[in-house]
Amino acid sequence: MHTVTATVAAVHAGAPVLPLVDAALQRCAGDTNNAVVRLLAERARAAAATVQARLTAGERPALAGVPVLVKDNLLVQGAPATAASRILEGFVAPYTATAVARLEAAGAVVVGHANMDEFAMGSSNERSVYGPVRNPRDPTRVPGGSSGGSAAAVAAGLVPVALGSDTGGSIRQPASLCGVVGYKPTYGAISRYGLIAYGSSLDQIGPLTTTVADAALVAHVMAGEDPADGTCARRAAIMPATLPGDPRAALRGARIGWVPAHVDGLQPAVRRTLDATKAALAEAGATLVEVALPREANAIPVYYVIATGEAASNLARFDGVRYGRRCADPADLHDLYARSRVEGFGPEVQRRIMLGTYVLSTGYYDAYYLQAQRVRRLLCDDFNAAFARCDAILGPVSPTTAWRLGEKTADPLQMYLADLFTLSANLAGLPGISVPCGSDEAGLPIGMQLQGAQWDDARLLSLAAGLEACVRSP
Amino acid sequence: MTITEQDVRHLAKLASLALDDRQLAVATAELDHIVAYVQQLQAVDTTGVLPIANVAGAVSITRGDAPGMMLSQAEVLALAPAKGVDAILVPKVVER
Repeated sequence: MHTVTATVAAVHAGAPVLPLVDAALQRCAGDTNNAVVRLLAERARAAAATVQARLTAGERPALAGVPVLVKDNLLVQGAPATAASRILEGFVAPYTATAVARLEAAGAVVVGHANMDEFAMGSSNERSVYGPVRNPRDPTRVPGGSSGGSAAAVAAGLVPVALGSDTGGSIRQPASLCGVVGYKPTYGAISRYGLIAYGSSLDQIGPLTTTVADAALVAHVMAGEDPADGTCARRAAIMPATLPGDPRAALRGARIGWVPAHVDGLQPAVRRTLDATKAALAEAGATLVEVALPREANAIPVYYVIATGEAASNLARFDGVRYGRRCADPADLHDLYARSRVEGFGPEVQRRIMLGTYVLSTGYYDAYYLQAQRVRRLLCDDFNAAFARCDAILGPVSPTTAWRLGEKTADPLQMYLADLFTLSANLAGLPGISVPCGSDEAGLPIGMQLQGAQWDDARLLSLAAGLEACVRSP
Repeated sequence: MTITEQDVRHLAKLASLALDDRQLAVATAELDHIVAYVQQLQAVDTTGVLPIANVAGAVSITRGDAPGMMLSQAEVLALAPAKGVDAILVPKVVER
């Protein structure tokens, strides 16, 4: 049972939960890609028993018996959560993240935590205190990041769904590099309560799955207003639990935008996949519309100013005082903070904190942070103009397929440049979904992205399901 | 050179990061490189454009003044790296 939907159907039909969960725990324990950092076996088995009792009592919870891995930046009560960082050594979560709690209320069983780039800062899952994650398609290559563990776990068949978080592409990009579906909802659709914050105006939790239908169902269960998160929209879940019966029907008459500028600098196989995907959509009855996003060219510097500024603020709480790791024998309070932090944070995290501190500091705040927020508004305007002429925008997720471990770690800026297709959706708060559409000559997966208008997740998911149907059986 | 070692010393102090000399030198080169790149934003014409921080349009969200999830003292102290009775311990802040 590789899908959420099939698992739920089987459990509702009488398949016992505990053997399913045990099988998932066993697969996770045998993981060779370093995708799993922690198993919560006892907790999972107890949860399996609870779900079984609910089923016996006649309930049919929407995600009954589904084993799920959650990214190591999502809190699960009673379990450690470290955001793949040394600075949270010893921390045990006193509460469960809202999104995770909703999955559990729907009968899903959390089996453990997935590996990630430290504090979600990275695009390759090479910056984790637990070591790098390997791409299941080729263990010499990266899975993408920062939700690399989540993507690799689903691609390797350990679990049918894993939760990731996406601040600049961290669900969609590893999904593309590993060949699975990765969905980032509209900002504010899913509560961030219990997600260790990186960039508060950018972060969203989302599912990685093997099908679009599974992604919709899992997101539906998690989404909806939460009084504990002031940035979570006061609406019911904006995506449906199930998608329309004939996925291709959504494509007939749909206007799919594409950006000519996106073609520059793509690996040839990625270019070919984009062209083939456009052709497949046209054949299914969609109209392809050229659109322009002029300010997308500025998205990378805008993102690295805003995200690092917000991160510098969010990570100030990790000071060695109340939780996590504290340095030995601090001389005074400032020494306690400064040594705990330099010992606890990895180099990429330190780099982003300092960059963020710089762009927020007196004398630079206006030229960098405020200017970035102005350009951000212009980018939002570009998208609004584009969505007046199309229903969703198709494009690549990553300019290349998975690169080799260690290939891009020497120059941080080189890694940042690889994010250009995914950052804009976070900056504009728009939904985006990566769907596997092809592979290169070495068999490395290539995903294509559909981005939708704000709050238009239901339509986006329908179109994505249509796209998925086209590429799976042309 | 946009960023000097002096700048980075100042940033490290603001960010409470105890960098040693080698780390300072490396950070200076890296941050200089990155800041030079993000400076391109200054060339974008944003005359009359207001900054946007919250794309979901939610401003000054309030809720009723009723207690939400709270942690007990025991739960908080369980997490503390150093604790006494009823308190988290830190180095002395004020000298008599």
